[in-house]
Amino acid sequence: MAHASAEVSHGKSVWDGGTSPMGVSYGKLMMWFFLMSDAFTFSGLLITYGLVRSSNPAWTGSVNDFVFSTVHWPIPEKVYDAIPFVHGVELPLVFVGFMTFVLIMSSVTMVLAVEAGHRMDRHAVEKWMLWTIVGGLTFLSCQAWEWTHFIIGSGAGTPANDVINGVFNHSRLIQGANLVENQYGPPAFADFFFFITGFHGFHVFTGVLFNFLIFYNAVTGVYDRRGHYEMVEKVGLYWHFVDLVWVFVFTFFYLV
Amino acid sequence: MSHHEPEVIVLPPDTEKIKKLWRVAGILLAVTLLEFVIAFTLPHGPAKTFLFVILTIVKAGYIVGEFMHLRHEVKVLFWAVLIPMMFVVWMLVTFVYEGTKIIRI
Repeated sequence: MAHASAEVSHGKSVWDGGTSPMGVSYGKLMMWFFLMSDAFTFSGLLITYGLVRSSNPAWTGSVNDFVFSTVHWPIPEKVYDAIPFVHGVELPLVFVGFMTFVLIMSSVTMVLAVEAGHRMDRHAVEKWMLWTIVGGLTFLSCQAWEWTHFIIGSGAGTPANDVINGVFNHSRLIQGANLVENQYGPPAFADFFFFITGFHGFHVFTGVLFNFLIFYNAVTGVYDRRGHYEMVEKVGLYWHFVDLVWVFVFTFFYLV
Repeated sequence: MSHHEPEVIVLPPDTEKIKKLWRVAGILLAVTLLEFVIAFTLPHGPAKTFLFVILTIVKAGYIVGEFMHLRHEVKVLFWAVLIPMMFVVWMLVTFVYEGTKIIRI
């Protein structure tokens, strides 16, 4: 690469002008800037999640005796234990594990598209970009199912903590989840689920749009005429970032 | 149209580089599998959480370092990205600790 390192003539600092001190093009540096700000946004969400979660009571008994309640934080593997088309079988975290696999694989195909772009190999870029788009769409479909399952809920439901005429009343059962209450745990649990996985899903959605744009431009020969495939690298950075955020969401939401 | 098409020289695939990328992919998938095994074998507690965080940082390191190519960039860029993130990690630790104290009020 021509700009892989910041070359400077003897006796001058890289900051004296006429060279790129960061050793990357303007567009790539701005993408890094944007990703940093985006990382702060996601950190804000995840840090708040950590604060609220650790300030709520956790389940103290054994995992097998676990019951859902609105007063303690649920064990993740008890919430996310279903997969599509298989009813009544507890398969904890299998579906979300599959989603993680899909996103990591689409990151691999993206980096292979970037490698093909360095070689000006249009057909390889088209092939790998298409696989990346397929991976992104698969992930989004999985998330749509996951959200539907989460919102509708399963099982008998969880007793609500209603106060009627100054007396606690537990006769009403909560089914599924919304922003006010949910059958899995304290209201904040579902709120964070919707906001964090939703914000990440929105990133995946825009990422798929950008990937399609790159694929379209590659097919129509825009980058061949331009003489380089750097746009693949820039959008690749964004796509890897989306994968990176999922790695953290997976750990803090589904595993811990 | 054809007289507008530029001459493009396509280079052969860099098999060494591609092999390395697939190796990184293998490591990422292996670490994810390991996380699964840990999720269902070890008892819940601070040690398990700590182990998950370490494995997550390993995965993040491979994604940012190799896939996003940051490990091979100029040092200034590398640290400009990494140092702010270290403060964020510290912020996460303090806020989670803060939460455990709120519960006792």
